Amino acid sequence: MSSGEFIVRHEQALRLFPTKWGRVRIAVAVALVLAFPIFANSYQLGLANLIFINIVAVLGLNVITGFTGQISIGHGAFLGVGAYASAYLVSVVGVPFLLAVPAAGLVAAVVGSFFGIPSVRLKGLYLAIATLAAQFILEFVFKGWTSVTGGTSGMSAGAPHIFGYEIHGDLPFYWILLAAAALALLFVRNLTRTATGRALMAVRDHDLAAEIMGISLFRTKVLAFAIGSFLAGVAGALWGHYVGYVTPEQFGLGLSISLLVMVIVGGLGSVLGSVLGAIFVTLIPEALTTGATMLVPDASRLTDMLAFLREGLFGALIIVTLIVEPAGLAARWERIKMYWSLYPFAR
Amino acid sequence: MTAPLLEVDSLALSFGGIDALTDVSLSVPQGALVSIIGPNGAGKTSLLNCISGRYRSKRGRIRFAGHDLTRLSPSARAAHGISRTFQNLALFSHLSVIDNILIGRHRRFSPNVLLDGLFWGPSRRREVEAREEVEAIIDLLELQPLRHQIAGTLAYGQQKKIELARALAMQPQLLLLDEPMAGMTLTEKEDMAKYIVYLNRTAGITIVMIEHDMRVIMDLSEDITVLSFGKVIARGTPDEVMADPQVQRSYLGDPQMFDSIAEGRAQ
Repeated sequence: MSSGEFIVRHEQALRLFPTKWGRVRIAVAVALVLAFPIFANSYQLGLANLIFINIVAVLGLNVITGFTGQISIGHGAFLGVGAYASAYLVSVVGVPFLLAVPAAGLVAAVVGSFFGIPSVRLKGLYLAIATLAAQFILEFVFKGWTSVTGGTSGMSAGAPHIFGYEIHGDLPFYWILLAAAALALLFVRNLTRTATGRALMAVRDHDLAAEIMGISLFRTKVLAFAIGSFLAGVAGALWGHYVGYVTPEQFGLGLSISLLVMVIVGGLGSVLGSVLGAIFVTLIPEALTTGATMLVPDASRLTDMLAFLREGLFGALIIVTLIVEPAGLAARWERIKMYWSLYPFAR
Repeated sequence: MTAPLLEVDSLALSFGGIDALTDVSLSVPQGALVSIIGPNGAGKTSLLNCISGRYRSKRGRIRFAGHDLTRLSPSARAAHGISRTFQNLALFSHLSVIDNILIGRHRRFSPNVLLDGLFWGPSRRREVEAREEVEAIIDLLELQPLRHQIAGTLAYGQQKKIELARALAMQPQLLLLDEPMAGMTLTEKEDMAKYIVYLNRTAGITIVMIEHDMRVIMDLSEDITVLSFGKVIARGTPDEVMADPQVQRSYLGDPQMFDSIAEGRAQ
């Protein structure tokens, strides 16, 4: 595999993909993603779009929980803040779509940092409860602030326009969501190789030592919540415009939990893990449905059973994944790479 | 005589009803190597924690290089150039050795989230600079083979060395070492003593050290402060401290104690 490559300058060690094979792998992945719309149908494009949205949201949660070690069960609500903010900006205020999405991210960042302040005093389960409170408070606001959010019936996200063209349908959104996911990936990956990201990870690994090293716990934790909820807000805003309508039910506790599942199954504190987790949790239920309908000839008899089976099997698969690979799918990928780099001497 | 670099003035600290420190004073001149010794539970680490800001003292003042640090947070004290190692390892165990050392340098980074996220301009330049500096520390402490290993997976003695490296990356004026040699093998101790002497005599870093190995203490330090039950019971050069009857009593017990027991038996 990657041998005979020597790092002789610091700039080389700091590259995103220091080895030649790493660059080849990423080039193949990029080519596949770019060529995907050519042979994908609209259903598959829709799934890909959902994965891109989830990648952005999961990266945000990974910054908070994976990198900084602060558990957040309110992440779904932060997505909601972004979705409502962007929907309001586009459909009521008339802000251009491309400005409204980052603005919605900033609104979510402000709200997220506010709810992140307890993390300075609370740790572990206690912080989990505090962020759970954030989830309920925000859901209550979504339902109660009728003049802005439209209450329980929700609101229209407005038609997004870019340079006068209306964005509609799966294919245009594929490119927009792909760009958003790529930017988010690059941003978070860059954080991990610079001082900001190291400060976050130092707080996770040993907060007292981090403080002695000159890292302010308050600033760092609130910053983590700000970055994480900014990404959540962007993901929520994009999701709202993609489906066209925003309701409180979309951003309930279930979404927060399933984002947490994506982070943990993918791998805490791993950028690649966020991608793998988002793909796994989005695709597996679909794969189970397709698999069941293929195995059973008369699918109509299954329809009432299918929903139940799907949820049950999906839950079982998550448990199995966590038992087999507690450190997440990203750790398994590292192991596979290690195996091949030592081949045939690895066991 | 110039003013001392660090001046701890009648410090008091208590946890609930227990007085961990009562009226402790310490004065460390620029460039000195000062040791603090004492039996277990004497308050040595508590004193170090008060200096580095982990604990807030109940009474007393801490002055450092002309600044009053008494009310400052630990991270603000780091900004003044106080660095330390820990008695029980406190490395960032999931990060590589090189990242651990880079974090020690954090106070001189002043990172910007946006620039770091884009890895652009100043952010990139600073990272390269930092690597160069860290490589110098790696060379000094002979950590080359460990550079990319995960800190938590290394042996105890190696982790202690990485703690020292991390503390050095800050380029401190004052280095607080909490039992730098505890649990090390003889050769590791000798290496550590070599580094400490180099840092103090050649690099000119002022050091305050807690240690239990008396040979190390007597050989390295210029000035020793002895704590017992939260009070300073003696202070002076190694020879003076060794000859002090109160120090002997707190370490070895009262010589007469055995006499009285023997007398009790005889009767």
